[in-house]
Amino acid sequence: MSDPMRIRAQAQGSGAVVRVLMSHEMETGQRKDAAGKTIPAWHITEMTAALNGKVVLSGEWGTAIAKNPFTEFVVKGAKAGDKITVNWVDNRGDKRSDEAVVA
Amino acid sequence: MQPMQNRREMMARSAGVALLLAGAGVLPARAQSVWPKAAFDGKSIDEVYKGLGIAKPVESKDIAFTAPDIAENGAVVPIGVTTTLPGVKRIAFLVEKNPTTLAGLFDFTDAVEPSVKTRIKMQQTSNVFAVAITSDDKVYYAQKEVKVTLGGCGG
Repeated sequence: MSDPMRIRAQAQGSGAVVRVLMSHEMETGQRKDAAGKTIPAWHITEMTAALNGKVVLSGEWGTAIAKNPFTEFVVKGAKAGDKITVNWVDNRGDKRSDEAVVA
Repeated sequence: MQPMQNRREMMARSAGVALLLAGAGVLPARAQSVWPKAAFDGKSIDEVYKGLGIAKPVESKDIAFTAPDIAENGAVVPIGVTTTLPGVKRIAFLVEKNPTTLAGLFDFTDAVEPSVKTRIKMQQTSNVFAVAITSDDKVYYAQKEVKVTLGGCGG
């Protein structure tokens, strides 16, 4: 099981700014280990963000998204108390879901 | 006999309802996204466009693309894009000289601003493209050259 995401959702103007920091190695599949063997790619392939259970943003990612991926986006019409849920799935089938409340 | 049949009908019906719900996007889990392998396998800008099934984009001043002029560490390059173009449903980030050209895609609904920030890896100095696809399949881009002093793909 991977570490939890850090999610901050701040009401701002007519919406909410959401910042997500995921904990993931995001191995490129380009690197070699000490024995010269290629380290296989291991990365998040898909993510979704939902406002009160309804998906508002999704992403499909390759290996070139940086380690411990950061994402920032703006949800229209979100207000304090609304629930933001973020999910990700990686190419090994590991997944994680975390929530935050708009403050 | 009779109860069995009813049960079977019920099952068939609920499967139908689940399909309908999924189609209408009511089920929260997986929306429309299917990881586009062909696009991520693309080794050049043109191959990625082909993999995504989009036309060659035209440059647009309505896409504000922010990236550093110089990235000291190619492993963490902060980039961001925001656009005033109407009906943008998808934004793709492409790094011309990376081993895998397509870094990532973001799909927007009407409930979010067509704007996103993320961090990418860059192997070497390269042009980086932000490509915006609208709901009527028009394609626009903005680009910026980022100089990398230390590559981010290891070796």
